[in-house]
Amino acid sequence: MSSGETIWTDDPPFPANAKRAVNNAQLRRNIRKATTTIRERRANLVGEMPDWQELRTSGAAIKDEVLRNLDRYLEQFEAAATGRGAQVHWARDADEANSIVASLVAATGETEVIKVKSMATQEIGLVRALAERGIAAYETDLAELIIQLGHDRPSHIVVPAIHKNRAEIREIFLKEMNDAPADLSDDPQALAEAARQHLRRKFFEAKVAISGANFAIAETGSLLVAESEGNGRMCLTLPDTLISVVGIEKLLPTFRDLEVFLQLLPRSSTGERMNPYNSVWTGVTPGDGPQNVHVILLDNGRTNVLRDEVGRQALRCIRCAACLNVCPVYERTGGHAYGATYPGPIGAVLTPQLVGVEHASELPFASSLCGYCYEVCPVKIDIPTVLVKLRHDAVRTGRHPVEGALFGAAGAAMKGRRRWTRALRLAPLMRFARRGGPPPLSRWTSVRNLPEPPDQSFRDWWVRQHESAREVIRERKRQ
Amino acid sequence: MSNDRETLRVALFATCLIDALFPDAGRATVQLLERLGQRVEFPLEQTCCGQMHANSGYFEVELVGRYVDVFSRYDAVVVPSASCAASIHHQHPMIARAAGDEALAVRAESVGSKTYELSQFLIDVLGTDDVGAYFPHRVTYHPTCHSVRLLGVGDRPLRLLRNVRGIDLVELPRWDECCGFGGTFAIKNPDTSAAMLADKMDAVIDTGAEVLCAGDRSCLMHIGGGLERIRAGVRTLHLVEILASTEDEYRPDRAPARSQPGAAPARSQRGAAPAATEEPPG
Ligand code: SF4
Repeated sequence: MSSGETIWTDDPPFPANAKRAVNNAQLRRNIRKATTTIRERRANLVGEMPDWQELRTSGAAIKDEVLRNLDRYLEQFEAAATGRGAQVHWARDADEANSIVASLVAATGETEVIKVKSMATQEIGLVRALAERGIAAYETDLAELIIQLGHDRPSHIVVPAIHKNRAEIREIFLKEMNDAPADLSDDPQALAEAARQHLRRKFFEAKVAISGANFAIAETGSLLVAESEGNGRMCLTLPDTLISVVGIEKLLPTFRDLEVFLQLLPRSSTGERMNPYNSVWTGVTPGDGPQNVHVILLDNGRTNVLRDEVGRQALRCIRCAACLNVCPVYERTGGHAYGATYPGPIGAVLTPQLVGVEHASELPFASSLCGYCYEVCPVKIDIPTVLVKLRHDAVRTGRHPVEGALFGAAGAAMKGRRRWTRALRLAPLMRFARRGGPPPLSRWTSVRNLPEPPDQSFRDWWVRQHESAREVIRERKRQ
Repeated sequence: MSNDRETLRVALFATCLIDALFPDAGRATVQLLERLGQRVEFPLEQTCCGQMHANSGYFEVELVGRYVDVFSRYDAVVVPSASCAASIHHQHPMIARAAGDEALAVRAESVGSKTYELSQFLIDVLGTDDVGAYFPHRVTYHPTCHSVRLLGVGDRPLRLLRNVRGIDLVELPRWDECCGFGGTFAIKNPDTSAAMLADKMDAVIDTGAEVLCAGDRSCLMHIGGGLERIRAGVRTLHLVEILASTEDEYRPDRAPARSQPGAAPARSQRGAAPAATEEPPG
């Protein structure tokens, strides 16, 4: 398995991570505040679209078409992009992708590069891999800059520093940004301005930029990056060399398909009608922008996901993070608890599939299956159904023998009327453990009582009613 | 519909949870349906739809087969649980297919299509949103996630509740948030579940309601267990227990008595004896 930083530790222990997060009052407040705001913005903007459900259906259908014919679209993309002067590289996994990027940078003779915010490069752990080869990569997205300066990890797909409030950000800047003004306040404008000044020099000096892409167009060989700040566009236009790491599922068949996705994405992700900056480039434009354009098509587990009939829909994902913003679990645990590049509901279905369920066996259980993620997902990924499917895969790895035995026993009792009727007569025993009992029961009774058991089960009552009814009939007949 | 209605062969799928721990909700379902002129059968071979197993990763195809065998001969199956109804609709065919049993999947789809969650049965099949209930209490309603998002019951339960005489129905703040039950989620991720429960209890207490109701006894067991633990003074009732109450039978002392689990049979011993169509075990 070569997954870069798809997961941060083998088999991330979600319940233990979540326990820590749930007890972190500041984190809870930061995330609740931020997700509630984005959630409302999204709901309002989606509400004004009469054809939202049709757009979702189209989005899902276009992505499914791509996934069904991925081989063909990838080759079409390669031919079109190459024809326009780009160089296309193929990377099977994180190591391959990182090596390709490193050698491309080395070939320019540069030791510093600037970066556009990108999930694919997070997933492969590119910044660290470059650092190991003596290349410094600077994040230019404001939130990613905060994470990088704070020696932290992103905790959200769109808003990586969502777990930090402005007072914390100010502290990071004062401590880690050598050119931060000494009188820096925690006003968002002031913080953004300080970051802008800090980045300015880098934008003008950098000769190499690294990006991901939101969409890759098979028909034209174009890439698109959507963003809010304009820093991405600086990276995409100023340097001589542009290297983009693109997951193979990012393809769309035609340019026209953007019509659907440029409506779905901004409303779902940032709660905007349009992304402030949509940058599109197609190979090299002589004399304008980067003259040295590379695209690395990244697999890193994606073709494995494609093999799973139920799970493959996760590859439709356009990383809008709407599912994170509405998730009641994410809202209380934040993103780090998932221990992986992709947090929240999409992470819970994507990570185990990318790295193998045995390397992320707790993640499919990190959900109450409330279904809110499915309701908001712009490409209609049925996350709850995929979660259940992955739970099925996870229990088959045999890691939970005690639980398996308990479910087996319950299942056995349910497979015969007499057995079940007798089992229900044990319910009154529950009376002795309503507020306590040994684990795993204590995980329930630590905060809630068990119900007071009834004197008889419903079926015993039903049968008794019948008996008395039949007695009445018999009695009447006798008379 | 009214002609078919009299000849409908209706079965109750009580769900394992109501059968085992909350018989009041089962009795109230029988009572309500009989009051509305339905003859309800309770096939004793039924046990569990297998939802809890499936949601924990254990696909019990035998339980799917059992459900299909027991209920295929009825015209309609009424389930006083939205999450079980949703599981029967969506998960049964999937579990059968995962086991490679396409024939069972097709039969499961057919039985699923005549399986109705309670409020759907009342409104869509019986065509009524006023069941003539009387319940003079301040009540708030929690639309459970599976009822709204998986099954799509929409505002049916609220329409039924709004027509209850004497009720003081108050909206639950942040009603669209999950209560944190999630089956074994409550055990596997106890801290996150507890945090979600705390927020749900806050919202319930904010309403000043004396009764919290829902269409899923499972979520109510979780929220109700929490409310009882903190002595919140709010009791939980299944939606059907409110719909089964009538002015005729209503005695002000009864509702509290019913909430005292164990003291429940008072309610059950009223009402006509159920249709004696099923042989009791020998
Ligand atoms: S799964 Fe859907 S909602 Fe979640 S990030 Fe992907 S596209 Fe957005």
